[in-house]
Amino acid sequence: MPLLTDDRKAGRTSHRPALDGGRRWWTTRRRDHLAGYLFIAPQLVGSVLFVLIPLGLVVWYSLHEWNVLADTFDFVGAGNYRAMAEDPNLPGVLRASALFSIGLVALNLSLALFLAVLLNQRLRGTAFFRVMFFSPVVVSLVAWTIVWGFLLQDNGGINGLLDTIGVDGPNWLRGDLTAMLSVIVVQVVKNVGLNMVLFLAALQGVPGELYEAARVEGAGRWTQFRRITVPLISPTILLTSIITVVGSLQVFAQIAVLTQGGPGSSTTVLVYYLYQQAFQFHHFGYGATISVLLFLIVLALTVVQWQMRKRWVFHEQ
Amino acid sequence: MRARTTRARTTVAVAVAALLGLTACGSGEGGGADDGPITLRMTTWSANEAHVKLFNEIADEYKKTHPNVTAITFDAIPFESYTTTLTTQIAGGNPPDLAWVLENAAPDFVSSGALLPLDDTLKGTDGYGFDELAPAATKLWQADGKLYGYPFSTSPFGIFVNTDLVKVVGQKTPAELIAANEWTWENATKLAAAINAKTGKAGLVVRDFDYKGWDNLSTVWTGWGAEAWSADGKTCGFDKPEMVEAMTFLHKATFTDKAFPGPGTTADFFAGEAGMTITQISRASLLKDGAFGWDLVTLPTGPKGRYAVIGQGGLGVLKKGRNAEAAADFLSFFTNPANSAKLAQFFPPPRTSLLTTETLAKTNPLLKPEQLEAVVIDGISSGVVKPSHTGQAELSQAVRSALDPLWKPGADVPAVLGGVCTAIDPLLAK
Repeated sequence: MPLLTDDRKAGRTSHRPALDGGRRWWTTRRRDHLAGYLFIAPQLVGSVLFVLIPLGLVVWYSLHEWNVLADTFDFVGAGNYRAMAEDPNLPGVLRASALFSIGLVALNLSLALFLAVLLNQRLRGTAFFRVMFFSPVVVSLVAWTIVWGFLLQDNGGINGLLDTIGVDGPNWLRGDLTAMLSVIVVQVVKNVGLNMVLFLAALQGVPGELYEAARVEGAGRWTQFRRITVPLISPTILLTSIITVVGSLQVFAQIAVLTQGGPGSSTTVLVYYLYQQAFQFHHFGYGATISVLLFLIVLALTVVQWQMRKRWVFHEQ
Repeated sequence: MRARTTRARTTVAVAVAALLGLTACGSGEGGGADDGPITLRMTTWSANEAHVKLFNEIADEYKKTHPNVTAITFDAIPFESYTTTLTTQIAGGNPPDLAWVLENAAPDFVSSGALLPLDDTLKGTDGYGFDELAPAATKLWQADGKLYGYPFSTSPFGIFVNTDLVKVVGQKTPAELIAANEWTWENATKLAAAINAKTGKAGLVVRDFDYKGWDNLSTVWTGWGAEAWSADGKTCGFDKPEMVEAMTFLHKATFTDKAFPGPGTTADFFAGEAGMTITQISRASLLKDGAFGWDLVTLPTGPKGRYAVIGQGGLGVLKKGRNAEAAADFLSFFTNPANSAKLAQFFPPPRTSLLTTETLAKTNPLLKPEQLEAVVIDGISSGVVKPSHTGQAELSQAVRSALDPLWKPGADVPAVLGGVCTAIDPLLAK
């Protein structure tokens, strides 16, 4: 950084009239700017090409009726948005999405925090358990889901295990409620390790003397957790909750592999419905409209969570 | 400093050029053939080594007489996601030149204008024998009197039987039942239930159904004279008495008699896990290892008597492909009488001259002449094609979703089937 400061100083001097016209234009300040732009260029180009342009295109497509096979692309204005307002399937899809997100966020965050608190103890073997709970995070999502698909079959591993203790397990992926529960649990077990590691890092940043002081004051373990741990790791709780909520609304592979939105349409969440409309039913314009809705929902939830931080995040760095 | 400026300008120019290049990649225009070297790409749903070897042999032969065609590639896409992937490629501006099309996607592809009409090219090819294409086979691939897809595979459904498992049960084999004129659905499910009770293996598997691919059940309900929708595609057939009767039979056979494996249970006939399976004859190649004794028989008779169901695969040329004319020319070579005879070992052809026991026996060594006669030749001439409709994917999803409540013990069959019609009536009316 001192180099940049020196350059800036040099840049000020270069505003003086110079003998060479090219040199006057090519000031150190301009060179700094160019260097800065070049440094951020790879990220900027990537964002523009793969985020901003597609985002704009999705909004553009949502205003059109696009039949890929017939090769027609007709402007329909708000037609797709009106169709969405009248779509009889959409309330069920939104309900399934909400159920999935609430179930996933509640289970994932509470389990991640519970595991992090347990594994934050100075006990023998905690490293092993940390690795064990984190390892599903690095497993291929589709491979993980396919294996769970076998386990959850009527004659699969889970029911085989239940059978050994005399329990007649349900046909997990064929019941409305059990199918949703299965998809949630498969996703939680896959990703809980990530939040657990984030919580662990946050827990290790809580100064030990605060607990000592609390113990001196007579605070029990629960009070210490509630009054010291939670407030001090609240920025991490905010971060993990945003990541998990956004992630929960993007669930796709698990649904595609395990249930294909069924039974009935009990696990047809928003992204899967979007996929069906666009890629299976060839309604690309309507699919784009649903993705605009998804974008707005994610944006709204993130803004709400961000605003709420003022109320419940104890401190921000 | 000047050198540095030049370098900076060059860097920016290269970056801009790269960006433009990227953009240009995505804007491939379809249409007429190029004069220069041509490469063709054909999407299929078969990565079977023997199939691909034969395709490549035919392609190599074509390239010898067409030096401007420098490469012909066969791009195998998984069957389960075939139509979705193909559509995505078209949407992404990267359509193949030729594509296999599944029978359930045929109405969408044929009616949308996505495919090139083939009549002129095929009729104009010397010795092609366009008139010998069986009308029953080409019907699905025509619109306004034009042929948009060549039905390269017209494959009837039959029942493969694991004769070793039937012996264990000690009942009459399906072949014996046929000889005694007793090969009915009633007796078929009795045999299947006995196999399941005695061996613990699945009795009869409707392959690729798995409580999702419901159109495969047409191999059962056609025996009752039922149909998913009327021939004009306007009226739902699920709530009709013959469908209710067929589905009631199927439900009882599944949940009471255990003749069919229940939902969530996997059983692969070709791995020896089931007594019988309903599938197309092209699967016979999976039996060449000879791990168990097997037979191939016709579908049992239903209350409406004998019947046959066929599945089809068509080959079409994408209008939006870069070399549509050249692709049509290759199609006419790929499916000419000589190559059709070669392809017949895997895919029953639509050419009447090739639909003889002698021709098929030469290329299907695993099947006996009487099996070919009963299942293939009779099946193609009298078979009903599996259900297909414009907007099939959406319809299919609606039916699957509405049928789900049927697949549990104690389901109210007529009520569920009525619900299917409620769900699909608006789609049929489109």
